[in-house]
Amino acid sequence: MVTQVDARRLLCPMPVIRLQDTIQELPLDSIVEITCTDPGVKNDIPAWCKINGQRVEQILEQDDEIIISVRKLNND
Amino acid sequence: MQRKAVSLISGGLDSLLATKAIMEQGIHVEGINFFTGFCVEGHTHAIRKKDKAKPKRNNALWVAEKLGIKLHIIDIVDEYKDVVINPKHGYGANLNPCLDCKIFMVHKAFEWIKKNNFDFIITGEVMGQRPMSQRKQTMPIISHESGAEDLLLRPLCAKNLPETKAEREGWVNRDQLFDFSGRSRKPQIQLAKKYGFEDYAQPAGGCCFLTDENYSVKLQDLWDNRGEKKYDLDDIMLLKVGRHIRPRPDYKIIMAREEGETRFLSGYKKQFQSIKTTSHAGPLALIDGPPLDQDQIELASAIIARFSKGKNADRVELDYSLPGSEPQTVSVKPLQPSEIPQNWYLL
Ligand code: SF4
Repeated sequence: MVTQVDARRLLCPMPVIRLQDTIQELPLDSIVEITCTDPGVKNDIPAWCKINGQRVEQILEQDDEIIISVRKLNND
Repeated sequence: MQRKAVSLISGGLDSLLATKAIMEQGIHVEGINFFTGFCVEGHTHAIRKKDKAKPKRNNALWVAEKLGIKLHIIDIVDEYKDVVINPKHGYGANLNPCLDCKIFMVHKAFEWIKKNNFDFIITGEVMGQRPMSQRKQTMPIISHESGAEDLLLRPLCAKNLPETKAEREGWVNRDQLFDFSGRSRKPQIQLAKKYGFEDYAQPAGGCCFLTDENYSVKLQDLWDNRGEKKYDLDDIMLLKVGRHIRPRPDYKIIMAREEGETRFLSGYKKQFQSIKTTSHAGPLALIDGPPLDQDQIELASAIIARFSKGKNADRVELDYSLPGSEPQTVSVKPLQPSEIPQNWYLL
């Protein structure tokens, strides 16, 4: 199941916080798809995933939106 | 048993070095970063196109990545309001409540270590570095009022301060900590070199917009004209963007200065009244205040027209929109620069 997070119009680090708080509640192997408009997320979300042991599956850019899929690999 | 510390990561050099120094002593460190809404981050540059060349990165995440540690970013926007609105220890040169802010953040970190079974807290504070929050006298105030007491260790100036629990218990070796003090950045730069860190962020004034004079003027104006010290996240985000003009006490024009800001302000059209030139290219503007009457719609439009390509035209047409209703077309003669008093401009 894919959990959608709407982070449009939010500026970094708010999208990262939304992602972090959503992932915390989900079981391992879940996918979160977060839709953002701040281009800063293209750096910040992968950086957050890297240090917290989660995996970026895909980064899609559509018009002014950036959609990032993240898989939860780490529980702590 | 491996001891665990949480480090307050601001994204600047000092917290990077302080964390590294403790990691070098075999302590497991995780970072914590607080989002107050006032933080100066890459995103602010992301709004303005002219700043496009600057890296759009979150400095705290970058520091954590460099150190290879976890980072917990915590949204404290709501709780932080009380710190900004009623700082017990007062403000610094602008609306920066640095001492109360530090106490609050260390207190939050103290709550966090209790909940997560960590042993102590570290910060990158250096004595005498900042006029308000990092004086010798303020160090014990922060330790005490935050409740952390001797669980707070400042590796960069630990040798100038009384021993803390981590040193006393032998979790860290005090001899390998530092005695930095004063405003010189030399020792930090040397230490960064030793650890092999390059390209770190060098925040000019501080870690947030509250130390910025222009920003503080706009925030004070907001409070003065609302008749109370209050704000929400949208207010403080919008203070970072555009040209702010207050022709009357009860409303303010927030006008985009370029394309990036136009895009950003467009996102607020559902919440705010907006005005946009239609006969000529011109900026998008939001109106912060109650719905305008006809005279004020015309005055605001004439001001906005002055910043459009039609500034020398006889008439400029604009659309005035209230959220959720059809736009109303307005035709005005643009004001001349001399007709806009300087004191309408908020810095
Ligand atoms: S500069 Fe801002 S974030 Fe830093 S201590 Fe002062 S008030 Fe807090």
